[in-house]
Amino acid sequence: MSTTTATHPQTLTAKDFATDQEVRWCPGCGDYSILAQVQKVMPGIGVPKENIVFISGIGCSSRFPYYMNTYGMHSIHGRATAIASGLKAARPELSVWIVTGDGDSLSIGGNHTIHLLRRNFDVNVLLFNNQIYGLTKGQYSPTSEQQKVTKSTPYGSIDHPFNPLALAMGADATFIARSMDRDPKHLQEMLTRSHQHRGASFLEIYQNCNIFNDGAFEVFTDKSSKAEETVFLEQGKPLVFSNQQKGLRFDGLKPVVVNLADGYSADDLWIHDEQDFYKAQILIRMFDDARVEGHFPRPFGVFYETARACYEDALRLQIEETIAVKGKGNLDKLLRGNEVWEIA
Amino acid sequence: MNRTEAVLQDVVIKFAGDSGDGMQLTGQQFTNNTALMGIDLATFPDFPAEIRAPQGTLPGVSGFQLHFSSDRIYTPGDLCDVLVAMNAAALKVNLKALKHGGKIIANVEGFDTKNLRLANYAEGVNPLEDGSLEGYELIKVDVTKLTREALKEFPELGMKEKDRAKNMFVLGFLYWMYNRSLENTISFLNEKFGKKEVILNSNIKVLQAGYNYGDTTETFTTRYRVEKAKLPAGRYRNIMGNQSLALGLIAAADKSGLPLFLGTYPITPASDILHELSKHKSFNIRTFQAEDEIAGITSAIGASYGGSLGVTTTSGPGMALKAEAMGLAVMLEIPLVIVNVQRGGPSTGLPTKTEQSDLLQAYYGRNGECPMPVISASTPSDCFAAAYEAVRIAVQHMTPVILLSDGYIANGAEPWKFPVAEDLDPIAVSFKTQLGFDEHKFMPYLRDEKLVRPWAVPGTPGLEHRIGGIEKQNITGNVSYDPENHQLMVKIRQEKVDKVADYIPDQQLDSGPAKGKVLVLGWGSTYGAIKSAVLELQAHGHAVSHAHLRYLRPFPKNLGDILRNFEHILIPELNNGQLIKIIRDQFLVDAKGYHKIMGVPITKTELVEVIKKLV
Repeated sequence: MSTTTATHPQTLTAKDFATDQEVRWCPGCGDYSILAQVQKVMPGIGVPKENIVFISGIGCSSRFPYYMNTYGMHSIHGRATAIASGLKAARPELSVWIVTGDGDSLSIGGNHTIHLLRRNFDVNVLLFNNQIYGLTKGQYSPTSEQQKVTKSTPYGSIDHPFNPLALAMGADATFIARSMDRDPKHLQEMLTRSHQHRGASFLEIYQNCNIFNDGAFEVFTDKSSKAEETVFLEQGKPLVFSNQQKGLRFDGLKPVVVNLADGYSADDLWIHDEQDFYKAQILIRMFDDARVEGHFPRPFGVFYETARACYEDALRLQIEETIAVKGKGNLDKLLRGNEVWEIA
Repeated sequence: MNRTEAVLQDVVIKFAGDSGDGMQLTGQQFTNNTALMGIDLATFPDFPAEIRAPQGTLPGVSGFQLHFSSDRIYTPGDLCDVLVAMNAAALKVNLKALKHGGKIIANVEGFDTKNLRLANYAEGVNPLEDGSLEGYELIKVDVTKLTREALKEFPELGMKEKDRAKNMFVLGFLYWMYNRSLENTISFLNEKFGKKEVILNSNIKVLQAGYNYGDTTETFTTRYRVEKAKLPAGRYRNIMGNQSLALGLIAAADKSGLPLFLGTYPITPASDILHELSKHKSFNIRTFQAEDEIAGITSAIGASYGGSLGVTTTSGPGMALKAEAMGLAVMLEIPLVIVNVQRGGPSTGLPTKTEQSDLLQAYYGRNGECPMPVISASTPSDCFAAAYEAVRIAVQHMTPVILLSDGYIANGAEPWKFPVAEDLDPIAVSFKTQLGFDEHKFMPYLRDEKLVRPWAVPGTPGLEHRIGGIEKQNITGNVSYDPENHQLMVKIRQEKVDKVADYIPDQQLDSGPAKGKVLVLGWGSTYGAIKSAVLELQAHGHAVSHAHLRYLRPFPKNLGDILRNFEHILIPELNNGQLIKIIRDQFLVDAKGYHKIMGVPITKTELVEVIKKLV
């Protein structure tokens, strides 16, 4: 999302966005990195500190607002998106950030998430996805892989997991991106892009829960496998990975992995276009299990971005237009109504 | 021919027909017409939950009861003088509520074999023909035939479309019978169908045909007149409860200088508040039809957090869904108005019928120690004042407030001596805009003498702070799990709500002596029935008093003293005994209850009998 630029630019640093509250995530939690990147990005987005609001629901990630020296609300489970909707509708000039987890935004708060996206409020959704319920001590989440053994699924989970970005696409989100806790630079870039997008930004952040789901995203983050298992999306650039040795191209409508050594050049490859609605759907569906032979690398970056009117603007416009035509409401006229009689 | 005119004091008409027959519209038109004559009135719409229940059946009957009088009246009346029955089912359902000797205006076509069968009359039985209605004045009118006849010159209309206008025939006929002008209905039709000329003209034609039918048919020799009521001097309009509640919110927003934000989800019988508010964008009102009840309240919390007047409206099932968010608002200590237009419960219950069974839910229905002020509206026009007061308490005491209305007053109408904007008490609101000279850091839970914390909204430099649903440390608002602190905060939140009692008026008696044998104590929509019953008993020399509560939590400080002045306390309620539990609990008085849980209001007659047993 993008918001008003400061009239009096503050020269703030990441430290100015830290609070005096002791950070209480488990040592080694991926949330620390995300917090650090958000604090680093904030001074550069051009919004006065007092105009920034962080709203969260419930879960480990939702402690986030306590650690941001901005306005903030740690609300109730699943409802951060709905609270943010009301705040943004009432105060469009604020920069509103929603911090939520996979349980918070896709399970108990799934309904509000999809409606926020279709309405396209100009807010940023940061979905910390750790594929587990951490705060309740280790039950499977709506993004946990099937057959996952957890406290609540001793025989393995039988639930089919959500593909969060596909859900966002299905709800007609206007900005869809993915990043990870262990790639600070990329995460900072994605946070900045989320802020710059005018409309609802949906940023999924892979976040490691080292207590209840350690290593869930290791294949994407670990040096030994990252090159092979991830593909980083850059606007106008071919989709290459595996240290420039492999690429993705289209065979008809089907994406295929090719070896550049086999004679394919960059010109043969899929060129990433964030504005391409149809290619974005295919990219988002490259979501298969990294353990399955022949799987695709997992994409990171901005999958899709489009411009659509924001709810709060349309809401304000209707009011302004009505006032332009009818004039400001007159309370006496309203109380009197159309049909009055007098008793002497 | 010779026509006589009779002056009546008091008339109750029930318009009843199939739910597709347009009886609600007919009733409302007759009501507006009555209001414009300066006659006192009260209405009671009674319709099925289904939009179009199976045609012609008993459950499909839709009714609209109108009581009008040259005297002051407070209820839609117990029994009817006139019953308009558009079909056999309408007669069957409503006959028991018709006075002996009352008039039945029956649409003959609605009593054909099919309609009789659908209304479960025995084979071959037609009440219009078998003499069973001998004790009544039966007026048979072939409304359908006469309507079609009137529309002969409208070949472009199909039979179905023609038949749709038959309620206008009945309305026109009643306008003739009660000496009324057609003017207001014609201008209503103009507004409604202005652009569809054929529909407009056909409706007006049928309306006039109904009127002329009365005028030219020699069978009707008497016309009736009800004189203006002796209401206090002033300017009046007709108003329904939900509409008046919406106006109260708009007026309070205007007088407090706060932009109004309504977050809500459609639910019967509260949706009309959304409909009304969404019309008035020129008052800078934002209405948000949320994805569910929870988003309704939480979006309103978000708006309040941003400095708007956050409001959410609902009915019982929605209240249940909003409970957790109400707890959040109690913890955040921000202003919020939660309107519950009660209906029959539990679960889906009786969606279109009235009940007062959510009082205990409003009082206690949340997790944890979660006190909130609760106030109630007692008549359609009183919804205005109640909404205004709910806003005042919410913003001046930084607390969510529950406002209880119900289906009966929400859809009922009465004349309203509307206020002038200038005369409405201003609602002072103060935002914290900067740190005080002796403050180094903003303390979001530092309180004033009312125990109210400051309202500091995003966008205010230097007051950045975090709040949330986790228990907070006194003064700083930081997260705290400290045992002593939790006990302290629970007590503070309770005391803060208790202190509202210092800022509300004392309880007054509505009528009757200040001391004596019987006090009838009511709340909400039972007002009209209790008032009428008590006034009648007083007129017969009985010492009965009536007090009606607006403030349910906290109670006015003198309520205990009032209760102790009476030998018997009777609490009539449309529930299984809820206020009575709270009164017994707080005042240790041996109150007696009268509980009606039938989805319909208490009548004056039944209440008179109940009170008589105590005097």
